[in-house]
Amino acid sequence: MAATSTNPENREAPGTGTTGGAATPTTPTRRGTELVLLGFAAVVVTCALTLVNLNLESQPTNQILYYGLAFLALFGLAHLAVRRWAPYADPLILPLVAVLNGLGLVLIHRIDIGNAAEAERSGDAFSPAAPSQVLYTALGLVLLTLVLLLVKDHRTLAKYSYTCGLVGLVALALPAVLPSVIAPNINGAKLWIKLGPLSFQPAELAKILLLVFFASFLVSKRELFTTAGRRFLGIDFPRARDLAPVLVAWAASIGIVVLERDLGTSLLFFGIVLVMIYIATERAVWIAIGLSLFAAGCLAAYSLFGHVQQRVDAWLNPMTSDAGYQLRKGLFGMATGGIGGSGLGGGRPSIVPYAENDFILAAAAEELGLLGLAALLLVYLLLTARGLRAALAVRDSFGKLLAGGLAFAMSLQVFVVAGGVTGLIPLTGLTTPFLAAGGSSLVGNYVLVGLLLRISDASRRPQQPSKPQPRQPPIAEAHTELVERPR
Amino acid sequence: MSELVIQLTRAGFLALLWLFVLVALRVVRSDLQSASGLRMSVPGAGKASRKQSRPKAKSPRQLVVTEGALSGTRITLEGRPIMIGRADDSTLVLDDDYASTRHAKLSLRGQDWYVEDLGSTNGTYLDRAKVTGPTKVPLGAPIKIGKTVIELRS
Repeated sequence: MAATSTNPENREAPGTGTTGGAATPTTPTRRGTELVLLGFAAVVVTCALTLVNLNLESQPTNQILYYGLAFLALFGLAHLAVRRWAPYADPLILPLVAVLNGLGLVLIHRIDIGNAAEAERSGDAFSPAAPSQVLYTALGLVLLTLVLLLVKDHRTLAKYSYTCGLVGLVALALPAVLPSVIAPNINGAKLWIKLGPLSFQPAELAKILLLVFFASFLVSKRELFTTAGRRFLGIDFPRARDLAPVLVAWAASIGIVVLERDLGTSLLFFGIVLVMIYIATERAVWIAIGLSLFAAGCLAAYSLFGHVQQRVDAWLNPMTSDAGYQLRKGLFGMATGGIGGSGLGGGRPSIVPYAENDFILAAAAEELGLLGLAALLLVYLLLTARGLRAALAVRDSFGKLLAGGLAFAMSLQVFVVAGGVTGLIPLTGLTTPFLAAGGSSLVGNYVLVGLLLRISDASRRPQQPSKPQPRQPPIAEAHTELVERPR
Repeated sequence: MSELVIQLTRAGFLALLWLFVLVALRVVRSDLQSASGLRMSVPGAGKASRKQSRPKAKSPRQLVVTEGALSGTRITLEGRPIMIGRADDSTLVLDDDYASTRHAKLSLRGQDWYVEDLGSTNGTYLDRAKVTGPTKVPLGAPIKIGKTVIELRS
């Protein structure tokens, strides 16, 4: 081997051997921080439940403590899964989700109590929403664990991009084409698939699948967007055939949800694709093009659909229009709460129709006040920031786009809901992530968080020293072997 | 329950909620100090660079991408060789159609860094000259790999 010792491959720098081993302790996994914060989240949630119980039922029982411990145990299991399968994942994501989900459960329970009292007075049938929400939380955490277990490397998802896109579109279209026995028309929208006692909203799953498709497609084609296009008015427009799959998927997804009368979801899809194209190309002009398209779409939807006109009317005149009843009640609730809120269990958030899902933010604002609502919104902001942080730090473009898209999807959803509830924008039927009652939304968001944890794990994991490649002998030195002699 | 207790618990719970947010923000801050968003941490970055490159102020400590999609990326240099290419296990993973899977390698010999082309299709250029064998890289000299340009800085 003396002849090859001058080869730079074999003469590594002197420090290499000693620094390789010392790398592991210098990059903390920060799982301990996560556990401590999860404990803190459990304390916050248990306190909230205790307050509701004291104010409404006035009999403190040990049961609350058991609920708190069960909550901690549930998230403790998820923590163990993260420790096992994504040891370098962001320590903040899981605790932030835990506090949102826990407070959501407490608020739903609180609204259940109010609704039960209401139902007792009027003699209507009443079924509480909190127990099923607990079940869905458990299911969501199981799915999060499964995502961490099955998706060992987020880049494998990129291989299934077209499958994801197709399945996503089919899932999105399914409730619209299925007969109304399986896909009932609830509140004027055909979004749910009902199988026996289980009902599911496939749009939540489709959102994530389409995100994967858009991310991997844009990564593979983004060079073409900026180089192979035609220049027009100082802007590089990509060739239609490069952009076609995105446009088709985009138009199809928005068309389907518009036909299903789900305005919120179509807004969400529009925003997600726009932002992903922006992240992929780094051209601000896409935002301008997107927003002008959006304005045109809004005008078209307003003139075409009656329910859009109703929503806009309710938004402009919440105090007088018939359709503005819900918004009006929500606004009154928030006004009652004021700065400090009425205290958990002290207000009457259940007067608002659908307080436990559409208007859970109004309920939170009534009972926790502006201060509490601001804290909740800050938690969402932190969650988004951690997602974007993972997107910045991860080394591959697909991960960057996917994490950026996922984080943006969540924050856009919060914006649309909070804006709708507070009367900033017309009300659309999106759910508040993790807070609102709704199984498929909760489960879908846990899958989303699982993917974010996976990407943040990849971004924070110290880079493994690359395996030495087996050196192939140059072709000139290779022995020629006689395989078969021609006859 | 008395009104006073209700008011106290109300304020107490809001304080608890905000305390949680503040603790979370503290974790964000400590995380910022340990690793900033764009700087990639290469194993043993801290120790090795302190041991080896402190005595000489002029020796390069960072690799900076000045042009191309990864522009702005910085990698802390220490003894370990830096692999550049499209392969996922490279130190600097290029997303560049003009770069090869394993395009070039930067390695430390003594106090100097050497660039070496690993049989790439489009070649590696140091200051416009094509790199054929291991070539010494001066501080601030542009190394062109596909559409990406990198520099060593102290």
